[in-house]
Amino acid sequence: MAGHAVEHDYHLIPPSPWPFLSGVACMIWGLGMVVFFAGLVDRTGESPMMEFFFANGLDSLKSTMTGDGSVNGGWILLLLGSLMAAYVMYGWWRDVARESEAGDHTPVVDIGLRYGMIMFIMQEAMFFVGWFWMFFELGLFHKVRATWNPDILENAAGYADSMAPGVTSVNAWHLPLMNTLILLLSGTTVTWAHHALMHGDRKGAKWGLFLTIALGVLFTFLQLIEYAELYHLRETGHEAWIGNDAYGSAFFMATGFHGLHVLIGTIFLFVCWARLMKGGFKPEKHFGFEAAAWYWHFVDVVWLFLFAFVYIVFAIGGGVH
Amino acid sequence: MVAIPEGKVGGYGAHDDDDDKPGFFARWFYSTNHKDIGTLYLIFGIISGLIGGYLSFMMRMELAEPGIQFFDTGHQYNVFASMHGLIMIFFMVMPAVIGGFGNWFVPIMIGAPDMAFPRMNNLSFWLLPVALICLLISFAVPGSASGNGFGGGWVMYPPLSTSGAPGPAFDFIIIGLLAAGFSSIFGAINFITTILNMRAPGMTMHKMPLFAWSVLVTAFLLLLALPVLAASLFMLFTDRIDGGTGFFDPAMGGDPEMFQHLFWFFGHPEVYIMILPAFGIVSHVVSTFSKKPIFGYLGMAYAMVAIGVVGFVVWAHHMYTVGMDVDLKAYFLAATLVIAVPTGVKIFSWLATMWGGSIRFTIPMQWALAFIFLFVVGGVTGVMLANAGVDVALHDTYYVVAHFHYVLSMGAVFGIFCGFYYWFGKMSGYLYNKWLAAAHFWLFFIGVNVIFFPQHFLGLNGMPRRYIDYPEEFELWNQVSSFGAYITLAGVFFFFAMLVEAFIRRRPASENYWGEGATTLEWTLPSPPPFHIFNTLPRIEDTDDGH
Repeated sequence: MAGHAVEHDYHLIPPSPWPFLSGVACMIWGLGMVVFFAGLVDRTGESPMMEFFFANGLDSLKSTMTGDGSVNGGWILLLLGSLMAAYVMYGWWRDVARESEAGDHTPVVDIGLRYGMIMFIMQEAMFFVGWFWMFFELGLFHKVRATWNPDILENAAGYADSMAPGVTSVNAWHLPLMNTLILLLSGTTVTWAHHALMHGDRKGAKWGLFLTIALGVLFTFLQLIEYAELYHLRETGHEAWIGNDAYGSAFFMATGFHGLHVLIGTIFLFVCWARLMKGGFKPEKHFGFEAAAWYWHFVDVVWLFLFAFVYIVFAIGGGVH
Repeated sequence: MVAIPEGKVGGYGAHDDDDDKPGFFARWFYSTNHKDIGTLYLIFGIISGLIGGYLSFMMRMELAEPGIQFFDTGHQYNVFASMHGLIMIFFMVMPAVIGGFGNWFVPIMIGAPDMAFPRMNNLSFWLLPVALICLLISFAVPGSASGNGFGGGWVMYPPLSTSGAPGPAFDFIIIGLLAAGFSSIFGAINFITTILNMRAPGMTMHKMPLFAWSVLVTAFLLLLALPVLAASLFMLFTDRIDGGTGFFDPAMGGDPEMFQHLFWFFGHPEVYIMILPAFGIVSHVVSTFSKKPIFGYLGMAYAMVAIGVVGFVVWAHHMYTVGMDVDLKAYFLAATLVIAVPTGVKIFSWLATMWGGSIRFTIPMQWALAFIFLFVVGGVTGVMLANAGVDVALHDTYYVVAHFHYVLSMGAVFGIFCGFYYWFGKMSGYLYNKWLAAAHFWLFFIGVNVIFFPQHFLGLNGMPRRYIDYPEEFELWNQVSSFGAYITLAGVFFFFAMLVEAFIRRRPASENYWGEGATTLEWTLPSPPPFHIFNTLPRIEDTDDGH
């Protein structure tokens, strides 16, 4: 078959360094995660080894914040891994954008990219199914469990109360409502950008996308304010916020992972904006932009579920038991 | 960092369509070729299989007689048992059967020139060594007060995996499994897109070979089950941090049982993830060596779909003894027994394929027949364990160990060897020595049966799993079982002897060395296939037995 001309429309890709380098970045980053959160020695034991790599990174973070000032290698590994991952992403996406402009993305390849993005969003949805499952289980059945689980009889009262109806949580009608409106608005601006792009109005597309990114950043900013307030309440021992229970766990992890996905979506939209500013995307072919918009809508829908259940229902006394 | 010249990636021009392979480093580290990546997966699977096999062999040596022989502590034994499970599942069976054979033969069988996302394909592979390194590091760092490594079982139940294992060993396992999970998710996206979008002209879904069907169903299971595992691993990770979350901590209102639900919602589909591709391989082998098209092709395909769908709603049959409601038990019992129906469709269709066929007992056919026999044994013990009432007595005994090793260690692994011998000539271009291969098969077949069949008796007599020691009345069958491990080890030596001999002697394999029974597209290509295949797409004619 040597020298035989390619007669199909699929896209064969020459060898690429990015996947292998992604693996290296993942290794460094994973090592950083363990060193940062756990340290390489037993949490319960004394650390006779090098403080730098072996101490618990979280402790050293706390001591840094209180002015104690010991350094932990986890920071450096996490930073190194993240920088390398950023470099890999830049290179990988640059290659994809170039291939698209070179005409490698034929109609059949374009359909493949769409399948790929749909599958990716499906797995993201299942990831959040995990968090919501945990949340509903804890919220709906906690009192049942308190009555028949002998392991927790010592603490049955506390058990029944955590995530009980009327738990003091964030007021859903302040920052969370703002954030809901921000995300819904950003859904309209991204649609504006999409329609402008399809009709050749590049200026409108740039503005619509810019506003979407700005709203995404604003969402993240408000979320950080909310977290900072909650952290402050917890540190000052304010009774109005019970952060140290199952509700707090579900609240922080579910909204936290959603926040992470907002960040990813914002970066995705930003990359599209950068491509748009450099003259990329055509009215009839702009799947990179559409994928970012799909992802953004997905993040929006997850937020609506969070808002409805984590913020409203369980905080206003809607528990079933 | 590696500097990449403009327009030329890895020193390989963007549109070279001839057979010139890239240089060694670019070819094997920067690969975007489905066959090369498949080969990498197979080599990785063999290495992991050796590590996991070493761990199990040490356990069998230890259990050969009562008392403690080889291990310093019971914790060390538990570490070996836990890591044996994780390594064999995530780093041997899944890479070999999905990554290895899936990469090699799904594109060829559906007449596609490569996978849909060749770069992401390579990312899927390179996350696996990262994950395996994390797991190997965990052996050497503190786990609990009892010593290094994590000994809480491959199922990682809290509190054994939270307050019971405070050291970083388990954090490494979490990171490693997350990397392996992302690898599988990317792989799943790739396979689904390839199969849905890149079938050759004329190859409708209902003409697609059964191996491609099996990988399609497997990929959907991976896509939907693994993110839930990722979420539960993150919960464990934050639960383990001082002052962190309390999902599984009753003192904070959390619930350790919920981890079991989340884990088995992933874990039960995972079982089918491992066995479905083996079903696909065995279907091809049985059809080839009976010289008949597979009996009930559509039934076979949709039986796999049914197994995949029902597999998502039966998870709690792994947890009958946690104290769940009797109505729930009744539901999970009934749902689990339903799976026996599509599985029975598959078994009887294989038998019906052989019925009246002109059967050749070649090496792959022997593995396939052994697979059917062993899988039926594992299947019927599974039906027994599915009964909530019976399971209360048998839960966490060696009966369970025997059951799942019959379906996995013998089902999935025999499926892998079946595919390996079926396609070895196609992948390497060389024919293996039949005598060495037969010795491998028979030693393996006898060995694994001698290991695991007596474990049914041990379990029925009440010997619990995951203990380093046992009372003397269990000695006889444990000795027999350990003797089986030595036989199997001898089989492993013959496997490697077969490989070495084949690559030294280099007997060339022809295009279709199995003859007229082998009808799928890989047998229309040279052995080994050229670096780029199907530059002109094959056209599938509209015939009745086109699959």
